[in-house]
Amino acid sequence: MKQSGAAGRLATLRLLAQRFAFLSLVAAAFALMILGKADVVLIERTRGLVTDALAPILDAMARPAATIAQVTENFHELTNLRTENARLKEENARLLHWQTMARRLESENVVLHEQLNVIPDPDPAFVTARVIGDLGSAFGHSMLLGAGSQDGVRKGQAVLSGEALIGRIAEVGLRSSRLLLITDINARTPILVESTRTRAILTGDNTLRPRLNYVAGSPTISVGDRVVTAASGGAFPPGIPIGVVASVADGVIRVEPFIQRHRLEFVSVVDFGLGGILPFERAPPPERRRRGREE
Amino acid sequence: MKASIWVKMDTWVRHLVPFSATLLLLLVTSIPTHIPGLAGIAPMLPLMGVYYWAIYRPDLLPAWLAFVIGLLYDIVAGTPLGVNGLVMLLVQGTAASQRKFFLGKSFAVTWWAFALLTGGAIGLAWLLMSVLLGRTIDPVPVVFEYLMTLCFFPILTWLLARTQMAFLRDV
Repeated sequence: MKQSGAAGRLATLRLLAQRFAFLSLVAAAFALMILGKADVVLIERTRGLVTDALAPILDAMARPAATIAQVTENFHELTNLRTENARLKEENARLLHWQTMARRLESENVVLHEQLNVIPDPDPAFVTARVIGDLGSAFGHSMLLGAGSQDGVRKGQAVLSGEALIGRIAEVGLRSSRLLLITDINARTPILVESTRTRAILTGDNTLRPRLNYVAGSPTISVGDRVVTAASGGAFPPGIPIGVVASVADGVIRVEPFIQRHRLEFVSVVDFGLGGILPFERAPPPERRRRGREE
Repeated sequence: MKASIWVKMDTWVRHLVPFSATLLLLLVTSIPTHIPGLAGIAPMLPLMGVYYWAIYRPDLLPAWLAFVIGLLYDIVAGTPLGVNGLVMLLVQGTAASQRKFFLGKSFAVTWWAFALLTGGAIGLAWLLMSVLLGRTIDPVPVVFEYLMTLCFFPILTWLLARTQMAFLRDV
């Protein structure tokens, strides 16, 4: 189809301009990816600002979803009342046994602490935050929390649900933050296999069961062993439960975490005063210079 | 005859519908659904919005708006900034350039083309993410996410078509 005159030339020009705009957007996308890889503070701040802006909307949308989930959960519980009751009775008997054991050990522990003049660990401060966003993407396991730096949330802090570790804070905005789950491909958690005291690194790979890497020595790890955090790296305090070993096959050890992702509505962001884990590949910020400028 | 200011404003607001609808899809996917097993394979709803409007109203959701949606998706999903921006941009560009082929065709053809295009899009996202992270991402959840996205396409198309009929029938 050939057009003649000024109108035709204008159309061609417009098409060219459109193509050019499209190509520059493609270039912009690549530039952003490279810029993000180089870890420019600007990108991180922009992400924080945008999530802060979206946080109130996401929060408002998350609430009815949580209510609906609670109602269906209630119905589910009502139908299973009898079996649940039997299970709880059995568990209660077992736990009562553990309680007597724990009381005995506690008194023993107090005496030993006194004899050894142990300095007690400081009580950790914590913030309870609501989960306001969970995209459920296959490319990364993270969630948005409705608490940010104004509530005392800092990058690298541990996030617990109940007693179990579920992840750490990866990005912080003013009133929102991103929780990186231990199953995310970027997550690395120093751990200890409780029964054998074997150290290893729990490496997420975007599946529900992260694997154990860099296992120290050649231990016999078997299915059902409990996995807890290790103190190495100064990221988390030792002994926070993470999960149990789910499978050992061909040298690949996978851990079933205690996280029940669909049940997470509130999580606790805990400040153990350890500075938290810093992502690999990143140099620590020049603290001294920054402090000097403030003073 | 010149349109009155109210008519102009009405048209202007109606023209915002495609972008708002796609933005809403993005917000809807980010709701914590509390459904066991859905996390990790949730469908890419905004991609369907971008695809639908690229075919039926490319003037109202142009490439740059698709790019913006993609960047917002990156920020909410926590993926490296630009990955989904590029993916959405290319989906919009491809669908909009082939739109004459779709108009008047049956739904099955649109679905089939969506399957092809989304396959390419998710494959590209997987490739980009793997390159940026420096190691291969497990493709199994990605394939499940792709299949979930395909399953949700008819419902979303129906909803978007109702939206288009309600707001954009004659503007």
